[in-house]
Amino acid sequence: MTTKMLTVSPSPHVHGDFSTQRIMLDVAIALMPAFLVSILYFGMGAIKVTFIAVVACMLFEYLIQKFLLKVPVTVTDGSALVSGILLAFNVPSSIPTWMVVLGALVTIGVAKMSFGGLGKNPFNPALVGRVFLLISFPVDMTNWPRPRLMDFSFADAVSGATALGKLKEGLMMGETVDKLMVDIPGYLDLFIGNVNGSLGEMSAMALLIGAVYLLMRRVISLYIPLSFILSVVILTGIFWLYNPSRYADPLFHILSGGLMLGAWFMATDMVTSPMSKMGMMIFGIGCGLITVLIRLFGAYPEGVSFAILIMNAVVPLINRSCKPKRFGEILK
Amino acid sequence: MSDLKTFPQGGVHPSDQKLSAHKQIMVLKLPPVVKIPLSQHLGAPAMAVVKKGDKVKVGTLIAQSGGFISANIHASVSGTVSMIGESTDTSGYLKEVVIINVEGDEWEDSIDRSSDLKKEIVKTREEIIETVKNLGLVGLGGATFPTHVKLMVPPGKKAQILIINGVECEPYLTSDHRVMLERADEMLVGIKIIMKALSVEKAVIGIENNKSDAIKHLSDKIKDYPGITVQPLKVMYPQGGEKQLIKAITGREVPNKGGLPIDVGVVVQNVGTAFSVYEAVQKNKPLLERIVTITGKSVKNPGNYLIRIGTSIADLIEAAGGLPEDTGKIISGGPMMGKALTGIDVPVVKGTSGILIMTKKDAKRELQGSCIRCGKCISVCPLGLEPYLLYQLSNRRKFDRLESEDVMNCCECGSCQYTCPSSLPLLDYMRLGKLEVGKLIRARKNN
Amino acid sequence: MLSTRTVEDMDSLMLSSIVSLSAIGFVSASVLFVASKKFKVYEDPKIDLVEKLLPGANCGGCGFAGCRNFAEAVVKAGKLEGLNCPVGGSSTMIEVGKVIGIEVVVCEPLIAVLRCNGTKIHAVAKVKYDGAQNCVVAHSLYSGESGCPSGCIGLGDCVRVCQFDALYVDELTGLPVVDEQKCVACGACVKACPRNIYELRPKGPNGVRVYVACMNTQKGAVAKKNCEVACIGCMKCVKVTDSKSVSVNNQLSYIDTKVDACVHGPALIGCCPTGAILGVKIEGNKSVKSESHS
Repeated sequence: MTTKMLTVSPSPHVHGDFSTQRIMLDVAIALMPAFLVSILYFGMGAIKVTFIAVVACMLFEYLIQKFLLKVPVTVTDGSALVSGILLAFNVPSSIPTWMVVLGALVTIGVAKMSFGGLGKNPFNPALVGRVFLLISFPVDMTNWPRPRLMDFSFADAVSGATALGKLKEGLMMGETVDKLMVDIPGYLDLFIGNVNGSLGEMSAMALLIGAVYLLMRRVISLYIPLSFILSVVILTGIFWLYNPSRYADPLFHILSGGLMLGAWFMATDMVTSPMSKMGMMIFGIGCGLITVLIRLFGAYPEGVSFAILIMNAVVPLINRSCKPKRFGEILK
Repeated sequence: MSDLKTFPQGGVHPSDQKLSAHKQIMVLKLPPVVKIPLSQHLGAPAMAVVKKGDKVKVGTLIAQSGGFISANIHASVSGTVSMIGESTDTSGYLKEVVIINVEGDEWEDSIDRSSDLKKEIVKTREEIIETVKNLGLVGLGGATFPTHVKLMVPPGKKAQILIINGVECEPYLTSDHRVMLERADEMLVGIKIIMKALSVEKAVIGIENNKSDAIKHLSDKIKDYPGITVQPLKVMYPQGGEKQLIKAITGREVPNKGGLPIDVGVVVQNVGTAFSVYEAVQKNKPLLERIVTITGKSVKNPGNYLIRIGTSIADLIEAAGGLPEDTGKIISGGPMMGKALTGIDVPVVKGTSGILIMTKKDAKRELQGSCIRCGKCISVCPLGLEPYLLYQLSNRRKFDRLESEDVMNCCECGSCQYTCPSSLPLLDYMRLGKLEVGKLIRARKNN
Repeated sequence: MLSTRTVEDMDSLMLSSIVSLSAIGFVSASVLFVASKKFKVYEDPKIDLVEKLLPGANCGGCGFAGCRNFAEAVVKAGKLEGLNCPVGGSSTMIEVGKVIGIEVVVCEPLIAVLRCNGTKIHAVAKVKYDGAQNCVVAHSLYSGESGCPSGCIGLGDCVRVCQFDALYVDELTGLPVVDEQKCVACGACVKACPRNIYELRPKGPNGVRVYVACMNTQKGAVAKKNCEVACIGCMKCVKVTDSKSVSVNNQLSYIDTKVDACVHGPALIGCCPTGAILGVKIEGNKSVKSESHS
């Protein structure tokens, strides 16, 4: 009885059931509804791009860790899987394969591994990959195929601009919002995702289902998405009230583009978002603000990716200045 | 259920695992030998007043309190002092102990061993405090702070509320729960005595909602004890922490940086302590035995035992059906804050609330990953600290910065490490930080 | 839009840029010049001289935060008592002495010595540690895997603080090893070790030295139970030499640093029943055998 080898360790001696792997898996599961919608509308293209992005991301992570950094391989933690899905969701389904692979290399190699791997990257890897592709190959990256319900052929789809793109272009030409809206999908189409756009960003409905799942699993909290979306609503609302013929209404803004995907899945990325509640709200408001500024006054029709990346850069600063309230602190 | 109180900031929900909640308190048979450590309490160790060969009875004073914050120690058995020597404590270090060979069970005559309830409090305030001091009472919740010190309200301060801690938020442990069920009247008289000593009119017993039988039982009993109320609380770890319990019940916040409960007019005592106060003041019985939970998933007969101080933990494990084959870790206390033992030949002391046996599988820590900056540690910290940051700073030995990030406020509840998805040893390094910052502070004071 | 501009427009644009940038440059330079004159702090030029002589490793071995701070302290004090750069050694200190006008007496070179030989074989683990890989954490938690409360924990706090890469933990023995060539006796490991196992001892003539590799003050039987090579305080080492060279306090022997290892070394090592006395470059270390076999 005395010869038993006991383990000695400092308390606590129990651990909760949270793990990095579980979190990543939950995010992947939460993205599935949106994936299904994109398969319905974009057919094989959606499956192909997502599959390649995921495989490439995981493969690059494995190769870099194994042969370049010579560190333990942690590809099973699922973070590369999530990055892969998110990268695919942020590109058009018609994009060439080699471009996806290149995007994956930038996502994993440049945005993640060069900073030291999971947890150390200051910028959201999938967004870095996406923005890299957008700047390098603007034509391919803004060539959005039209959604065709349940068409699984590989045939070249008819392409066109996104709702936001059409609006921007029209406004530049001096048209009014009312006239342009005729040509732009209605709210219902925007909500269910029957629109041109990146692979996974079109269906607000599917993304919301995933978001509810994440909230229920306590993977994300409401602070970032709500403050992000609300600030977009308020800001675009002000402009819309000021001049409805120049500025689209808030509902259009939250349903179109990558706002839903960005607010629920990209801005909430744990690694690149602030830690405290106060910080999260500042982060969300900042994202919303920059998104609106880019959408209304910038050169690009869409600003979610840039907004999140810019706010990613300020996260260390936010973390430093937004401390949680210490218990028992004597407030002056 | 929404009207249940709890503390607002942080906290976690470890699985209850109260395996021994329905096991009646049993008396453990006398061991052949007891080893009574001289340092069983917070503060200065006691000094032995017996020598080798002395005959002692149950309740004989064997060690005198070694300072203001210290406590007397009494023989828990009758017999002969065989040695005043050293023996390993829970952490494997040698500590001074008095070893007594047990001969019969002869008690000091002054101790009233009858079981009838003595409700009437005849002793004065001063007499109560004096008795509590002489009979070596310490807080039985785990911190083992000498009780008499807590009963003496410092000049200029006033106690308004007495909070009785029946939270027992640590998973597995059930000794306080059993006290509330089986020793309710004695405990309530004990509370009245403490109220008299502190001259407070109001006492609140805080009990977590997972002990509904205790809440019900006590709610019935308190009708005979004016001034005492029962406050059911939402289950939330670490509600048994003094600061969290005060916040949950009164809404008051004990100031950080060395503030004490008395600063907000509150004194907190454990239910077990209240019971031992009753025994000391009404029956003149020193603190020489306590109720210890022996539990664990692999333990044959988890239960609650009344044990003489100084009994070897091995004897207790034997009574619970022996040490299971796949034992990986033995913990003195609960799984969140308890101490892992290096061996089982360690005596039960005044602060031993339970012995938890974990299987090899459960004993292993999970493989640690890298911090994914999820912020979960911040959201569960009951003290509003940033464990991830403290961990990094401590790891990089940036102790100056660590101090300004309030590492010393950490109560070592372990919620952060419990919740960390990457299984980082957050608390281990925060402890390191506290040790090193403590050194810095002391060095500064000496200069 | 660009095509509508005339050449004259471009010229004037260029000119105005050059002028404005030059103006900014001039103003900034003036501000810097004034600031450098006005806020100049006088420093003893000797500080720079001393600093140049120092190794510049900023190791903190002297007790100061860096070489600059040490140089300041030297110049301010004007003497060298209590001030020493262990890295640079006596040669550096002689030079430093010259700068402030003091003659330096040469002292023996020192080396960090681990006064524990509780290898995995000598001090068999009785429990398994599973926590932060940090000696201070483990030390505050429990007595160590072998049960010896004074023995090396082997989690490498000393290795981490060593600025000179002179320490590594041997996988086989579980103990840190001091690299004789690299160790400069800065004392960082001495401070870092929560159990004070390290001691700075003279390297000895030609590196020959002898020491007690144990810090355990428990009674012989208790110490021996945890570790085969523990010092049990048997006094034999005192008998083969004299009470001045070797002292035993609290069941623990200590060999004075002035003992001539060449003369007394073999006898000291030979007399120890447990093999707690170790020698460097002396024949007959009892415990080395089992170490190499592991």
